[in-house]
Amino acid sequence: MAKNRAVQTNDSFLDIERTFLNRMFYASRFLWRDKSAIIGLLLFLTVVVAAIFSSQLSPYDPLEQNLWNNKIPPAWSVGGSWNHPLGTDSLGRDMLSRIIYGARVSLTIGFFGVLLAGGIGLLMGTIAGYYGGPVDAVIMGAVNLILSLPYLLFVVFIAAILGRSLLNVVLIFGITNAPIFARVTRGEVLRIRESGYIESAISSGARGGRIIFDHILPNMIGPFVTLATFEMSAMIFYEASLGFLGLSVPPTVPSWGNILASGRTYLTSAPWIATFPGLAIMFTSLGMNLLGDWLRDVLDPRLRRARK
Amino acid sequence: MKRYFLSRLIQSVFLLFGVLLLVFLMVRMTGDPARLMMSREASPEEVESFREAMGFNRPVLVQFWDFFTSAIVGDFGRSLHFKTPAMKMVLDRLPATLQLACVALLLAILVAIPLGLIGGFNPGSTVDSLGRMVTLFGQSIPNFWLALILIIFFAVRLGWLPSFGRDEWTSVILPAFVLSLPTMGRIVRLTRASVLEIRAEDFIRTAYSKGLEPKVIYVKHVLGNILIPLVSVLGVSFGYLLGGSSYIELIFSWPGMGSLFLQAIGWRDFPLVQATAIFVSVIVITLNLLTDISYVIIDPRIRYGEE
Repeated sequence: MAKNRAVQTNDSFLDIERTFLNRMFYASRFLWRDKSAIIGLLLFLTVVVAAIFSSQLSPYDPLEQNLWNNKIPPAWSVGGSWNHPLGTDSLGRDMLSRIIYGARVSLTIGFFGVLLAGGIGLLMGTIAGYYGGPVDAVIMGAVNLILSLPYLLFVVFIAAILGRSLLNVVLIFGITNAPIFARVTRGEVLRIRESGYIESAISSGARGGRIIFDHILPNMIGPFVTLATFEMSAMIFYEASLGFLGLSVPPTVPSWGNILASGRTYLTSAPWIATFPGLAIMFTSLGMNLLGDWLRDVLDPRLRRARK
Repeated sequence: MKRYFLSRLIQSVFLLFGVLLLVFLMVRMTGDPARLMMSREASPEEVESFREAMGFNRPVLVQFWDFFTSAIVGDFGRSLHFKTPAMKMVLDRLPATLQLACVALLLAILVAIPLGLIGGFNPGSTVDSLGRMVTLFGQSIPNFWLALILIIFFAVRLGWLPSFGRDEWTSVILPAFVLSLPTMGRIVRLTRASVLEIRAEDFIRTAYSKGLEPKVIYVKHVLGNILIPLVSVLGVSFGYLLGGSSYIELIFSWPGMGSLFLQAIGWRDFPLVQATAIFVSVIVITLNLLTDISYVIIDPRIRYGEE
């Protein structure tokens, strides 16, 4: 009997793997028919490549100052040169290199922020959804409290108290965004818990932990991945918002928010300093939103957007 | 229905209590609120006397009780920077923020609802793609960056519109436009999705098959049913516009609560920060409550709490 069960566990694990991979494989065949998804994927991959290979791709050291070469305009405008394709900032640092390194900072924040938020949210949401009762009431009370607040106001508030560091930014985003993951997770758990296969698992003697790990969590991958994509894009935007006020990572780190903030003083004399980080944020966010829309369509059939 | 209203009201009161508790704890998060609020150059004696004056040396529970009882009557202490009551400063800034949010909401409605309706009735049409573009860019463009770009373009290069202040009636155009963009996108998406969803309903098919004119079906059956999701999104959006305008107010020097909040953050004027954050949260929570209530009144199918 015990042996039999072990075999079963293995089997179901394989099944789960197979269905998720199958679904992704099936989805990737759709990808080539969906133009906006391709654009989204390309934009996202560009940012990922820039983030991983920052040191190889950027022509200069992003921190190297050269006051003789300050505020050189981009190559295509009067006075620009291809030595600095996107020009230089007020301290003569190469804009292109700073934008490329900024991708690394932004994606680091987005990735670890989502990891933390997703982890906390998954835990809280699963506990709340699976056990219900007073535990559910307390967790969801806290979740609703945080979700009903004006988000940016409170993030700025906390950032001003904690002070600027990469770790603080990740912690702030991780904790303040966990409620969204918790709410989605709880909803999914409640839905899945009612389904027939959970009932049969319970009736064949499966316990709480096994039901959660073997049956509930694998079925949540779709909505979870979709939410993570949107949240990552949101965190990149919020980093820029904090950076704009001087509340993000330390000023020496070339994050998109910090570059944007440094360009604000030179809006009339060197508008490109503020323009490029904004464009970078916009294209990253655009890419991830397109990708998220597509993921939602293929991974979560219930939410499938009405196609023409 | 009364039971639902009552439970929703109690829930909101709990939320308000939660907000107060959260703000109280946040200021004490670093362990020493006196040092947090004083400038870094302040001498230990100055910090100590400040701590004494603000009552930070008392037991935490006493401090919370004091904070709580003054907060519910709207007393958040005096601004450290201006020495005037913080709540009064916030209330002085309320009209400007309300004006901005109202104009932005109106703009969003005027653009988004027609786009969403046409897009929903003709999926795949040019107007539909336009609506999708609005949604996509509304989500993706960092609004404070767009504000800077529009200032460079319309105020500096072309000189058509004022770039800061609230002195002329044209001053509201740029900030309201930037503020409304994400909301516009959200309303387009929701309107379109609702139209598509309702068009697939059985009662629409019935209306067609009994020979009703399409015009009558659109106006009477589809529009009537869209009202419900729309009201809820408009209520939430208004709260979002009121609470999310801070960066835009700051960039356009719009004299509202949001710019006051960010300035107070810059001055490390925490009594003022607290007052603004709590007041905006109260508005948002109240708006959500009103939205939920109107939702029940509009939709006869929803009758909560009646078994």
